[in-house]
Amino acid sequence: MAETELTGAEIVVRCLQAEGVKHVFGYPGGAVLNIYDEIYKQEHFEHILVRHEQAAVHAADAYARSTGQVGVALVTSGPGATNAVTGIATAYMDSIPMVVITGQVPTAAIGMDAFQEVDTIGITRPCVKHNFLVKDVRELADTIKKAFYIAATGRPGPVVVDIPKDVTQHACVFQYPDQISMRSYNPTSKGHGGQIKRAVQMLMEAKRPVIYTGGGVVLGDAAEQVTALGRLLGFPVTSTLMGLGGYPAPDPLFLGMLGMHGTIEANMAMQHCDVLLAVGARFDDRVIGNPKHFGSEARRIIHIDVDPSSISKRVKVDVPIVGDVSKVMEEFIRLIQGGGDKPDQAALKAWWAQIELWRSQDCLKYDRASAVIKPQYVVEKLYEVTGGNAFVTSDVGQHQMWAAQYYKFDKPRRWINSGGLGTMGFGLPAAMGVQMAHPDAMVACVTGEGSIQMNIQELATCTQSKLPIKIILLNNGYLGMVRQWQEFFYEERYAESYMTSLPDFVKLAESYGHVGMRIEKPADVEGALKEAFALKDRLVFLDFLTDPRENVYPMIPAGKGLSEMILV
Amino acid sequence: MRHILSLLMENEAGALSRIAGLFSARGYNIESLTVAPTEDATLSRMTIVTRGSNEVVEQITKQLNKLVDIVKVQDLTDGSHIERELMLVKVRASGEYREEMKRMADIFRGRIIDVTEKTYTIELTGTGSKLDAFLEALDSAAILETVRTGASGIGRGERIMKI
Ligand SMILES: Cc1ncc(C[n+]2csc(CCOP(=O)(O)OP(=O)(O)O)c2C)c(N)n1
Repeated sequence: MAETELTGAEIVVRCLQAEGVKHVFGYPGGAVLNIYDEIYKQEHFEHILVRHEQAAVHAADAYARSTGQVGVALVTSGPGATNAVTGIATAYMDSIPMVVITGQVPTAAIGMDAFQEVDTIGITRPCVKHNFLVKDVRELADTIKKAFYIAATGRPGPVVVDIPKDVTQHACVFQYPDQISMRSYNPTSKGHGGQIKRAVQMLMEAKRPVIYTGGGVVLGDAAEQVTALGRLLGFPVTSTLMGLGGYPAPDPLFLGMLGMHGTIEANMAMQHCDVLLAVGARFDDRVIGNPKHFGSEARRIIHIDVDPSSISKRVKVDVPIVGDVSKVMEEFIRLIQGGGDKPDQAALKAWWAQIELWRSQDCLKYDRASAVIKPQYVVEKLYEVTGGNAFVTSDVGQHQMWAAQYYKFDKPRRWINSGGLGTMGFGLPAAMGVQMAHPDAMVACVTGEGSIQMNIQELATCTQSKLPIKIILLNNGYLGMVRQWQEFFYEERYAESYMTSLPDFVKLAESYGHVGMRIEKPADVEGALKEAFALKDRLVFLDFLTDPRENVYPMIPAGKGLSEMILV
Repeated sequence: MRHILSLLMENEAGALSRIAGLFSARGYNIESLTVAPTEDATLSRMTIVTRGSNEVVEQITKQLNKLVDIVKVQDLTDGSHIERELMLVKVRASGEYREEMKRMADIFRGRIIDVTEKTYTIELTGTGSKLDAFLEALDSAAILETVRTGASGIGRGERIMKI
């Protein structure tokens, strides 16, 4: 008896099912119509129809960030694929596991400048972990298996699978491989034992230690281990923008975020430490500022990362450890507990006294008596009203930094933002992805009036898919972060950073069937937030009119060193 | 410093452009690049000659290793190795040049592989600097055309690169 054959389109759907995919974000078009037809016929996963392909990819990305599972997006060829590129690059920069399926013109038409043809493989090559063009239906299942495997393992990242339309029509016997092994792809997971011993020894000798954690702690599910290690040693801990939630922010050992808008205590401790334990972080320019200035103080560095190319890329490292951060952290804890050694407690005490001095400058203070709404106040109230239990997505700008500084994340995967690429327009679609993954959770999108307008059309997706997101618009009337740079570095020449003609956001939200609120006085902030979160099944768009001239402090100007902060 | 990197990679469409793209996107330089399938048709072997500080070359090696299509990367300059390049040179071979060109080819152990009344085509293999020296030694007015393959490299002695 001949085995039954499935079409390529059926195979795509069956592969997604086999991967346990529950949600696919996408937008149809000619090249993917066969796949859509199969989606229509199945009930294993839900498809969320967005209003722009960029949003589909951001939503799939945030779905992955908030769950740890591979996000999936589906778009058509040509403009569908090019619209998706910003989303793919965003995920790539933050190492997010994702599979993006793009339609392609039929194989015979490739290279002919066919209608809606672009070289998707060529365009996406520099911003994917890997990509595949599937030219034969018999390779489709294996390729999709590889795509999921590559996306999720090692240093995660987006993988594009480009499928020509005729491949979705051709048929073959379907068999989804249980396992895949690739001779050219073998990520390291276990850290080198000898190096780990050396590192632990170094930690024991430290007089002014700092633990510096990055996005790798969140992505590598190592928050628990890092927290245990920090507490075991009593060492100060700081985190990058991407690592927030990897160590509980309310903990007294936590110094806050470091970097361009980091706290004094975090940046000074980083600059003056003698032993630095970097975990899943990559010393990028927004974090250590000028590498020469950073290198002007002698310190020994231990760097744990799953990606060998992150090590010694920007700063020279003394003890490199390549491996899965959670496994390596466990090994650290085991050695420290087994060894019975303790770091020099007197030195540690003196170090903490110094840190407390820095901390006492209270660098995140702001005018609480202000008659206009301070954006920081809104974020603080958001934290209180949600009990610190919300998922917070954000866009890019001042509001993003305030959200990072004032919402005290105590769990990983709750803070969802575009750190590497800095993509305005990420926040709302990201909130959609998070809300799809966690239907009962509180999801807040902290945004600016510039950013929200970059994907405002997604308010319609939220209506159609009934997503009760709370949009926290910190409306300062300016492209605030641009305005801030112009104030500091361009003698207050505010070139094109003021936006007139803003829509009435309340009416706009209402026109999509949502609830809109405008909040103009500090006294109304808390009440509005409570009211909004009480509306559990509605999207509420809260338009907070905030101080147009407020700045994000502290700030390290680009190219300067960690101890060269501008303070309030 | 000059480094010679040897790569084994999957013989797949697009693998070459990933490597070329990596070098241009990260601003690494490529002095030469050669590639062809190996005795195992699913694998290609590439030799890249690049220049950079040790840190840069370390990054290049790590970034290459990260590409999913690449099976193995070795910096041949880490140990002793042999490198060879092939050059074809078309030269004037009329009048007094005819004798002179033959003599030069002999001195450098080149072979004349194509002859016309007015030209010779000389084949020469060796290290890059030997090929340079040959060109230097010729009267520049005699050189009509040159084509070089770029270096191919292999480890010396028992040092092998295989999967
Ligand atoms: C797609 C994109 N374009 C431009 C920028 C540059 N940029 C960074 S912050 C910013 C201003 C953001 O303004 P808004 O969203 O109103 O936030 P605010 O800074 O006022 O809080 C701009 C234009 C960017 N990050 N992303």
